[in-house]
Amino acid sequence: MDWRWDFTFEVVMPRMIEAAGVTAWATVASFCLALVGGLILMLLKQHRSVWISRPTTEFIEFIRATPLLVQIFFLFFLLPDFGITLPPLTTGILAIAIYNSALCAEVYRAGFEAVPRGQWEACVALNISTYRTFRDIIIPQSLPPIIPALGNYFVAIFKETPLLSFVAVAEIMQISKLIGAEYYRFTEAVTIAGIFFLVMSLIAAFMIRQVENFVKHRIVR
Amino acid sequence: MKPRIAILAALGAFIVGLSVATFAELKLFLPPILRGAVVTLQISFWSWLLFVSLSCIAGLGRWQRNLLVRWTATVYIEVFRGTSLLVILFWLFFVLPEFGIIMSPFVAGVLGVGLNFGAYGAEVVRGALTAVPKGQREAAIALNIKPRNFVVRILFPQAIAIMVPGMVNLTIEMIKATALVSAITLVDITYASVQQNQLYFRTLEIFTIALLLYYCFAQFVRFGGAALEEYFTRHLAKRR
Repeated sequence: MDWRWDFTFEVVMPRMIEAAGVTAWATVASFCLALVGGLILMLLKQHRSVWISRPTTEFIEFIRATPLLVQIFFLFFLLPDFGITLPPLTTGILAIAIYNSALCAEVYRAGFEAVPRGQWEACVALNISTYRTFRDIIIPQSLPPIIPALGNYFVAIFKETPLLSFVAVAEIMQISKLIGAEYYRFTEAVTIAGIFFLVMSLIAAFMIRQVENFVKHRIVR
Repeated sequence: MKPRIAILAALGAFIVGLSVATFAELKLFLPPILRGAVVTLQISFWSWLLFVSLSCIAGLGRWQRNLLVRWTATVYIEVFRGTSLLVILFWLFFVLPEFGIIMSPFVAGVLGVGLNFGAYGAEVVRGALTAVPKGQREAAIALNIKPRNFVVRILFPQAIAIMVPGMVNLTIEMIKATALVSAITLVDITYASVQQNQLYFRTLEIFTIALLLYYCFAQFVRFGGAALEEYFTRHLAKRR
């Protein structure tokens, strides 16, 4: 075993901390985009016209059945062909967001379908406006199944960000690869990257459990 | 159903158009991608075996009363679920040689994917085991059935029916995840596509083919899984 602490603290850590910022930004940005994209896809899927709902369903299926890595490459190499040149980080965030919005769409759908039909009918019968129906009746009831699932996708997105290293985004995995290539020492950098992901996911899993409890007790009484 | 046919026709026309447009170069870049597909299938097969056996072992281990076994299983599950697959692959391929364990890229890829998904599968197995009614165990004790026979003859046959859908989903996820082994120098579909793209710059065609190949694999598993689910729940269907 050949682990050097001075190398770890003087070379690896400063660059890793910098890269952690990029990872965090990529995670948060693609999660927010995926939340919105998932909502749009869900609404399109539920559209009255078959000509809109069918292609959306097939699109979601296709996105879910193909690897994110190939989708990242697809966008990364293809967008410039159409004259759209984006920085690799933006392309990567976009790809992760599209992939996860297909997954989030299913989560939203499951959440809304969990609300009994009678609730909608009761709202119509009681002449409650559409806005208030959503705000006070539908959304509070559909949140408990949705929130933990979305939290899991947040962690999943976090663990998907190393894929961005394939298109040379300076996130944690790319930096540890670079350190490995520069000094020909992979041990410290890759191990620290692994520990970083492990610790962050454990913390995130703990927080999701807290939020889950909070939602269960506060929003739905 | 009509729009579905129209969409399929449009997709077919698109693919035919693509292949006509690139017919001359198709025979240049298609064979390497298909060779990559063989590698992807090989890795998928071996890591599937590893993943299923590991998830059964760890799922059962987490369900044991022995504290040491349970903790080992828990640590395994948390570690491999918590870290990213790419990091695991890198660790196996670039760090383990420092400790004197040198593996071929293929073995490292199979190990990485199998270990990672075994941890996810363990949770599915555990969920299925807990879903089997408690009375079954009590009945087995009352009838003086050996614990090992109880697990093999009573617990597992019932749990399998519950865990099939989850395992099918994980298998599809796993086939998709094998795209990552291109990071450790294995020439699978993804890596072959990138290589061919650098040679011929036919981005749209090459990556469409790659995506469609993965899509076909996933559909294949999905239909196989549906048949399997029907097989394992056949006794339930009769009762209804």
